[in-house]
Amino acid sequence: MSTAVRMEEIVKRYPGVMANDHITLEIEEGEIHALLGENGAGKTTLMNILFGLIQKDSGQIYLRNTPVTINSPSDAIANGIGMVHQHFMLTPVFTVTENIMLVDRSPREPFLDHEGVKRRILDIVQSSGLHVDPDAKVSSLCVGDQQRVEIIKVLFRGAKVLILDEPTSVLTPKETDELFVVLRRLAKQGHAIIFITHKLREVMEISDRVTVLRGGKVIGTVLTKETSPDALAKMMVGREVFLTFEKTPVHRGQKMLEVIDVVTRAGQACTGLKGVSLDVSAGEILGIAGVDGNGQRELVEAIMGLQPIESGDIRIKGKSTRGCSTRKIIDMGVSNIPFQRQTEGLILTFSVSESLLLKEWRKPPFTRNGLFDKKVIQNTSKNLIKEYDIRTTGPDAKVGNMSGGNQQKVILARELSRNPDILIACHPTHGLDIGATEYVRQQLLNERDRGGAILLISTELDEILAISDRIAVFFEGQVMGVIDAANADLNAIGLMMMGIRLAEIKKNNSTGEKG
Amino acid sequence: MLESILSLFNLDFLYAAVRMAIPIILAATGEVFLQRSGIFNIGIEAMMIFGAFFGVLGAALTGNSWLGVLFAMLAGSLTGLAFGFVVITVQGDQTITGTAFSIIGLGLTSFLVRVIWGIRKLPVMVTPIERWPVPVLSEIPYLGRIFFDQSPLAYIAYVLLILATIVMFKTTWGLKVRAVGENPKSAASIGINVIRVRYLCAIFSGSVAGIGGAILSLSELNMFVDNMSGGRGYLAMASVILGRWHPLGAALGGLVFGAGNALQMRLQAIGVPIPNNLLLILPYVLALLIMVSVYSRSGAPAALGVPYEKETTIE
Repeated sequence: MSTAVRMEEIVKRYPGVMANDHITLEIEEGEIHALLGENGAGKTTLMNILFGLIQKDSGQIYLRNTPVTINSPSDAIANGIGMVHQHFMLTPVFTVTENIMLVDRSPREPFLDHEGVKRRILDIVQSSGLHVDPDAKVSSLCVGDQQRVEIIKVLFRGAKVLILDEPTSVLTPKETDELFVVLRRLAKQGHAIIFITHKLREVMEISDRVTVLRGGKVIGTVLTKETSPDALAKMMVGREVFLTFEKTPVHRGQKMLEVIDVVTRAGQACTGLKGVSLDVSAGEILGIAGVDGNGQRELVEAIMGLQPIESGDIRIKGKSTRGCSTRKIIDMGVSNIPFQRQTEGLILTFSVSESLLLKEWRKPPFTRNGLFDKKVIQNTSKNLIKEYDIRTTGPDAKVGNMSGGNQQKVILARELSRNPDILIACHPTHGLDIGATEYVRQQLLNERDRGGAILLISTELDEILAISDRIAVFFEGQVMGVIDAANADLNAIGLMMMGIRLAEIKKNNSTGEKG
Repeated sequence: MLESILSLFNLDFLYAAVRMAIPIILAATGEVFLQRSGIFNIGIEAMMIFGAFFGVLGAALTGNSWLGVLFAMLAGSLTGLAFGFVVITVQGDQTITGTAFSIIGLGLTSFLVRVIWGIRKLPVMVTPIERWPVPVLSEIPYLGRIFFDQSPLAYIAYVLLILATIVMFKTTWGLKVRAVGENPKSAASIGINVIRVRYLCAIFSGSVAGIGGAILSLSELNMFVDNMSGGRGYLAMASVILGRWHPLGAALGGLVFGAGNALQMRLQAIGVPIPNNLLLILPYVLALLIMVSVYSRSGAPAALGVPYEKETTIE
């Protein structure tokens, strides 16, 4: 096998950070090469350099042993390098064909060649197994299909080197499996595939080799079959990491949160809730699994009083929240770690102490006679900064300048220090590195052991499985089933995420066993 | 009274409606491209008034009104370029920039008139571009009179309108413009030069709005009058929204406003018992009513009004 890409001694500096510190990376033809590292390790920077989106400060890129200069994505494309971005680069109002047509010169320039492009797309669909309808509008496609369009787009331009940036973060387990089948097929056809990820399970499953980055440096390149998830985690973080948690047996208390047959209005962009019932007791974590956009946001907004409910009821400690304002609901002992920490969880121009105070600011001891007590606020902030290990220059630092992990710790500190009866945690570790993820999950478990009722919403199945006591699966605004997290059947969860009810799965299984 | 009002809706009325719609249609054609590329230009008014002024200046300097039109195009293009610089390169707020351009346009032209020609009783007159019936086509019953008995500049507007529609929907160039306005980041990711596309649209939009302005001063009249664009830039913008960002739709919108204007003048002429000043605002009230009843962002380019910034991010 010959070398497809060689990046040699790549250096990229940003003010105060070495994003890429003399990185050397070699990818072979026909290989699936995982690029593993925590957030900020420099993976995306390195790949953006290869794709020409960012200019390197020094170093050299070789393609098939010939030095090349890549100053723009066009250069990269001309050299047969294609990239599938984490956030899809598609135009929703265009059809698949129109989206793909844009990437290449038309043979009938200046006129468009709809038919010709469509034929070429169908050829690629045939040879790669990426099934998609060329005439479908992109906005009507599901996320998995959109990703296929992205890959077709890259192949359409004749890419031999494919860069995939965290491709599975938006997929269901089944879609992930399908993607892996396609990737293996492409690799067999001689494509070199670079797979950026921070999920160890996927690295072990799909890659031939792994290069681990940490702090902008290469820690090592290893053969996948000669390594283990624990070894990789250690390379990534630089210390032993606990991927599994010691969980005490669940001690269920009083029912804290009851959602009873709740219906919310469906909109253009949201499914709405179509009769959702569930409950969370003190001392347990109920995990909500499901692909993003299946009603999770509506559920949280309904509980928090941010979205009116059409019918049904929500009860907190047995009391209906109908007609309650969000503030009232918060005061009933509900804390919320929102989906978007930067837009919903924080006001980025606020200082750490202001951010920590966002929920309790109007109560004593922080406010007395309508005035802030600066001293109390400062001291409380300092204590929380210490207690929650928030890395910052002090209570007056702006949260906008902090890393995602530290921002999340500010939110955690604010929401947990209120000793809530109910905690709703939405994507609590989204975008955090392994170290911070471990910390956040441990905090949630501590909260559970303290007797809090926790509703955990996450699209990362690993997360749900790691700390939940029970798991409810959402699909199009409905609960497909609730199962115990201990010895949970992954296959069943996957099926429920695709809209098959637990009852049906059980029925099929039992008839299957009989037959 | 009612009879005399009804009798207004005749062939002459339709002819006048088209005549008055042409400057708006031209400006709207350019604006469709600019908005499809993601830039919201409230400053069309400036492009039109500059077109009107430099048209007259060019005609006066060269003695040739057609060279005046060329001046108007150039002035419009340069205005488009300047507008582009502020909103694309400097990434200034598009609404504020557009408003500022409109105000500057009106003020600067009035100022230049006085600097160049001094303060005088009658404005400088130039040879107007006379209307020119198209042979054969103008003989068509009804339609000939309405569409092909106009100023030659109107025919340029027709051709541009058809070309614009073809370019927008049948060529790679049009697809690129639409892609840039929908999702500039993804357009950039496949090697489209977002900045260049937007600049070209701004310049094109300016040059056709300039011709639109020149029609007012070189074809409708034969002189420059202060504020003579009279809000037509805003009507062009309304036409674009009314026409759902389609060149032909925008032209239809322009016709509605042209008709409103023509009606208003006729009502004045027959002496309806409504003060002239109230009649004058008819097209604008019409625009307002239409906007209130049909405005929605559906169909608007997704990135309309959002500056494009090349990003450099770590992770």
